[in-house]
Amino acid sequence: MSIEVKIKKQLGDFCLDAEFESRSGVTGLLGASGCGKSLTLRSIAGIVKPDEGRIVLNGNVLFDSQAKINLPPQKRKVGYLFQNYALFPNMTVEQNISCGLPHEKNKEKKKQAVAEMIERMRLTGLEKHRPHQLSGGQQQRAALARVLVGKPEILLLDEPFSALDSFLKEQLMTELRSILSSFEKDVLLVTHSRDEAYDLCGLLALMDSGRITGIGPTKEIFNDPGTRTGAILTGCKNIVPARAVDSRSVEIPEWGVVMHTDRDIKDGLCAVGIRAHYFDENIMDNSFPVQILETIEEPFAWIVKFRYENQDPKSDPVWWRFSKDKKDPKGSSQTRLGISPENILLLYS
Amino acid sequence: MDWFPLWNSLRIAAISSVIIFFSGIFAAYYIVRLPRMVKGILDVVLTLPLVLPPTVCGWFLLMIFGLNHPVGQFFRQFEIQFVMHWYGGVIAAVVVAFPLMYRTARGAFESFDETLAWSGKTLGLSNTFIFWRIRMPACRQGILAGLVLAFARALGEYGATSMLIGYTPGKTATISTTVYQLWRTSENGEAFLWVLVNLAISAVVLLTVNMLEKNIRQGARVK
Repeated sequence: MSIEVKIKKQLGDFCLDAEFESRSGVTGLLGASGCGKSLTLRSIAGIVKPDEGRIVLNGNVLFDSQAKINLPPQKRKVGYLFQNYALFPNMTVEQNISCGLPHEKNKEKKKQAVAEMIERMRLTGLEKHRPHQLSGGQQQRAALARVLVGKPEILLLDEPFSALDSFLKEQLMTELRSILSSFEKDVLLVTHSRDEAYDLCGLLALMDSGRITGIGPTKEIFNDPGTRTGAILTGCKNIVPARAVDSRSVEIPEWGVVMHTDRDIKDGLCAVGIRAHYFDENIMDNSFPVQILETIEEPFAWIVKFRYENQDPKSDPVWWRFSKDKKDPKGSSQTRLGISPENILLLYS
Repeated sequence: MDWFPLWNSLRIAAISSVIIFFSGIFAAYYIVRLPRMVKGILDVVLTLPLVLPPTVCGWFLLMIFGLNHPVGQFFRQFEIQFVMHWYGGVIAAVVVAFPLMYRTARGAFESFDETLAWSGKTLGLSNTFIFWRIRMPACRQGILAGLVLAFARALGEYGATSMLIGYTPGKTATISTTVYQLWRTSENGEAFLWVLVNLAISAVVLLTVNMLEKNIRQGARVK
């Protein structure tokens, strides 16, 4: 079971040129707003017609510009969970969910399927409520129920948590994970949040200005995002231009240091990325004296901004982040910080 | 007192409102989807009667439906003559009041959250179902407000109506043409009665529109 997408679409100045293939399980599309993630989902669902390309879902051709195939959205069997859930405001929860079964003529069967879904999604007691009377989490479950009751061939989730308060998010993320694990078909999740991507997706594709810039198992993508935008999307705070000195060491001119990595450096290196939490005073590798400029307190962590001794004064300070339960920030403004060689992300253009 | 003008005004307004309701929704729904150039031209043509003096509309209607003009001649074959007949008043009312319905319905459709229609499609719902059961209920208040305004405008139509169907007591007389005729023949007492009737109808219409607008605001807040 999989979805194959290879589409092109020109919209004004923006050009979508996406090509990827999902494997079973949850596939994530991670990208900044406006990078074409939602447009890709809409193309798969048939709401937007790509200029050219091909979309194949579990062996069925949904769109093929050469063979002139373009199934209407109604025939694609694609379950689409919209960002704002798109529950019909004039209908009750029950009516909304039964809209997911437009072809079931047998009223008894329909009623039963809706009732089962209401119970499964823990919406019992809310059958007669209208969408605006529900909490954000209940709205999400109602919308999922409406989508899942029709047994779609794939589930498309468009920023499923962006309409929710942050304190609700984590709880709902666990909830969604268990719902997704009981769904036998594939899931395509679009998000701009690295936490959601890391938490929910087995396979992750990075998207930047209309193109897929990398795809692979989520953990590998986070360990080695490969490109500058990949590093930004996966939350890397320190990205700095660099050039190769030899096959395993890089010079970072802005910081005035040379660092060693444990990966072979290929041609075309443009920068390195170092995640803020990888700096450590006790690591002797790549260790250099630094000058601490500023300490910022977060609920559960400290952020320290520092400069290397020979750092270019015009360049940005470096971020170092460590958990509060590990230690407290020192009073002194001088220290040495090291980085393990495997934690230097090599970024290519 | 002869109540014919009230009955005539009401039937002209009612029939033209039905026509305006469907044609206005149809136009509002489809014109938004046309290419920009065509959309601009059609938009101007359809809204023009709102800004033109009604007598100018009446003149155009006479040029089209007059006995010696093509459309008028075409209908004459079927013994239908719009000039000087009450149903000509329907034509005048439709042309003059149509823009009110068209404009309000378009506004309502434009503020409709298109993701609702998209999600309906991906769920497998037919376009007809989506239009009548999702789009129309969501735009209900705007469309109703447009309909009430169009009805009121059709009921009070004077300029185009008097040019196309004139004033024949018991045949084409409407409330507005009657008021003018009564004043002209110095029957101010009866004219005053018709003025009162008109005031009453207008008050009802305005109250209805205000109520609908209040509901729209409340609806927006709940959302």
